[in-house]
Amino acid sequence: MLFKRTPAPHIKDHTSVRQIMYMVLYALIPGALASIYFFGWGVLFNLVIAISVCLLAEAAVLKLRKRDIYSTLLDGSTLVTACLLALALPSLAPWWITTIASLFAIVIAKHLYGGLGFNPFNPAMVGYIVVMISFPLEMTLWSAPTGVSVGNHVGWPDFMTSFNWVFLGVLPPNETIDSISMATPLDLIKTQLSQFHDIAETRNNVQFSALFSNISGTGWQWINILYLAGGIWLIKKDVVDWRIPTAFIISLVLISNLFAVIDYANNSSALFHAFSGGAMLCAFFIATDPVTASTTPKGRWIYGACTGVLVFIIRNWGGYPDGIAFAVVLMNITTPLIDYYTQPKVFGEAGK
Amino acid sequence: MEQTKSFTAQRPLTHFHGGLKLAENKHLSNRSAISKLAQGREYIIPLQQHIGVISDPLVKPGDRVLKGQMLARPGNLVSAAVHSPVSGVITGIKEHEVPHPSGLSDQCIFIENDFKDEWIERRAIGDDYNHSTSSNLRKIIRDAGIVGLGGATFPSAVKQTEMHIKTLVLNGAECEPYITCDDVMMREHAKEILSGGDIIGHIIKARECIIAIEDNKPEAIKAMQAAIDNDGTGFFQLRVVPTLYPSGGEKQLIKILIDKEVPTTKHPVELSILVHNVATAYAIHRAIHYAEPLISRVVTVTGPGVAHPQNIEVLIGTPMNACIKHCGGYTENSDELIMGGPMMGFSLDADTLPVIKATNCLLVTAKDDVIDKQKQQPCIRCGRCVAVCPAKLLPQQLYWYASTQNTDRLVEHHLFDCIECGCCAYVCPSNIPLVQYYRYAKTTIWQQERERKSSDISRQRHEAHQQRLERQKQEREEKLRQKRELLQNKEKISNAKDKAGKHAAIAEALARAQAKKEQRNKNKETE
Repeated sequence: MLFKRTPAPHIKDHTSVRQIMYMVLYALIPGALASIYFFGWGVLFNLVIAISVCLLAEAAVLKLRKRDIYSTLLDGSTLVTACLLALALPSLAPWWITTIASLFAIVIAKHLYGGLGFNPFNPAMVGYIVVMISFPLEMTLWSAPTGVSVGNHVGWPDFMTSFNWVFLGVLPPNETIDSISMATPLDLIKTQLSQFHDIAETRNNVQFSALFSNISGTGWQWINILYLAGGIWLIKKDVVDWRIPTAFIISLVLISNLFAVIDYANNSSALFHAFSGGAMLCAFFIATDPVTASTTPKGRWIYGACTGVLVFIIRNWGGYPDGIAFAVVLMNITTPLIDYYTQPKVFGEAGK
Repeated sequence: MEQTKSFTAQRPLTHFHGGLKLAENKHLSNRSAISKLAQGREYIIPLQQHIGVISDPLVKPGDRVLKGQMLARPGNLVSAAVHSPVSGVITGIKEHEVPHPSGLSDQCIFIENDFKDEWIERRAIGDDYNHSTSSNLRKIIRDAGIVGLGGATFPSAVKQTEMHIKTLVLNGAECEPYITCDDVMMREHAKEILSGGDIIGHIIKARECIIAIEDNKPEAIKAMQAAIDNDGTGFFQLRVVPTLYPSGGEKQLIKILIDKEVPTTKHPVELSILVHNVATAYAIHRAIHYAEPLISRVVTVTGPGVAHPQNIEVLIGTPMNACIKHCGGYTENSDELIMGGPMMGFSLDADTLPVIKATNCLLVTAKDDVIDKQKQQPCIRCGRCVAVCPAKLLPQQLYWYASTQNTDRLVEHHLFDCIECGCCAYVCPSNIPLVQYYRYAKTTIWQQERERKSSDISRQRHEAHQQRLERQKQEREEKLRQKRELLQNKEKISNAKDKAGKHAAIAEALARAQAKKEQRNKNKETE
């Protein structure tokens, strides 16, 4: 009797890349729902556009590279990239912004470097940065969150207005883009500070007070809390290593608290920093991208902590309201270096 | 024995990094007593069943051999003898496929059984071992061909050369799933295992002996504890270790028991520890008390691909298919035949191969096993492998460097500390056969090292040859030069001397010729 031969081990646990990716997607759901709830149809459009363009681009490139399209498309990695990108983009971003960012993420940032597992930079963040640098104006187009009034509306625009704006670039005759969109708390505080209005002044200003209904801004606080919850679930499920998120949050909190203590008037509190913008999305879903982040235990501490510091630096002194994408991509560059110099002591090395 | 003081009794157990909790599947095979396999007609005895140098055959085709007769002696210091498992006739010494990960063939002795079961004359030293020297006992163990029966097959006597080792550890952890041969051995032969431990303790002058068993073997633990209580010397103590793969790895077990990490470049003896498998201790007991060489071992035949999984005592050299047949044969959906456990064992392409000293388990998998044979995907650097690696390596980095054949980086990342336990590959969500990559990389580096060495040697030889030629050439030239000088000098001298003489000779010759001419003229005139 002849038998086939396979390499050891002959048993295996059943977690696959696909499962890991889908778990990440499930963990995104609460935060994404909150995003839709607070920022309206635009978020949903972003998701639809990003997912379709990313999947199409992935399929096209796989075909060009003569790879197996079906199994790779379904591995979930493209979906994760698409969702992270869509959730990071402003809710009233025109369709072509999302499309350009998606194409860049998949074609350039992912596949030109060899596809899944070989990309040195986080594809979603590369896509985000490209449109951020190229179209800074469009990248500020966030709708007013639920309960906050702008122009003669309260909250985000209705379906038709959003649809027409996002896909066709037209608005109802009595509207301008400024009458349906609104700066984010991070953005607002930054511009107010540049005009010498300190934080307390901005937050107490009647004009903006609805936006600051809680510590880190209406909508944003809940979205961040739900990403945090999803992230903790991922850690519990062993999908994400706890070190990067922990290091990221601790370092962001510590450094923002330090500055808040030194100069309370011109620096937002640690809680504001931790729960506004993309902080929690970054902590659990972006900085933890296994392919582009450090993989050694010690390296993950360094990587997470440095990302947190960079986010704070860019938020405070950089040219952009939020610093997630730049911080992550900058840290991606250092990953090989960090991994190389943080090799753990191997078994028996201590006794040598 | 007089050694009564225990040193590690109260030391709390520690743990090693990583490891896996695996589905044990030990119940398949450990529910019945060890059964004995009936003798077959033909036995195939590979000359290399151990780590070290191949053994030297002492017999030739046509020879009649007795059961227990040495067929081949150790080829070197690190080598092991092999013995005939039956009485019969040597039918050949030739290449045959042997159970080895490489799937290659090796020299084997073929014996045809005459079913007379005639033993060679045996003289057991028995209880006299207490008065025997260590080297004498080591020689008996060496001549009995005893090797580590946990699967590593390192010649046992070679391990016992250091004296006054503080702690002897008898390894009964048996951490691989499915395998239960040590488990049933400890249940049925607890006393004999302790006897073997006592002999080894006597050889190495150990002060204590720890018997380590994973907590998933309650019956073995009970049996061993009863035997220890019965022994009453205080030399032995039982440590029950938590079930966690690979706690049965020598260095992992030492870490658990004694909280010391054995460095890669060193052996446990340098930490005053010696580890033997419980089955090895049993074999040593048989060798000392019954003068029985290692001609049989207990093999776990198990897995969903076998009809009646169980442990059987098998003569070394028995074809594997005889073992499977004894256990009810294959099931309809049997798939792969693996020698060893599911984590570190290797699959074989045929069941006609012989059982050897390393064969602790024959595992037959089934097709409907939910073994995830998914396609290999790219590494996403998730780091699951880092979390489980008991050697604290970075498997994902090693994989990267192995697939790009970056030798320097591989060595820097401690490739050679990898114990090939398979934990990384087990958890890999991308289904990458990581251990395979590491093995290949190790072999390639060894190969390069060998090539480098041999090219160094040939370069040195070439250079020496060139130098020699150069030297010879110079010497020759020197000699020639001297000769030439000598000649030139001679010529000069002779020239100066002979000028005058030459003229004289010419004149003389001319005179002679002149005289002859004149004589002729004279004769003509007289005619």
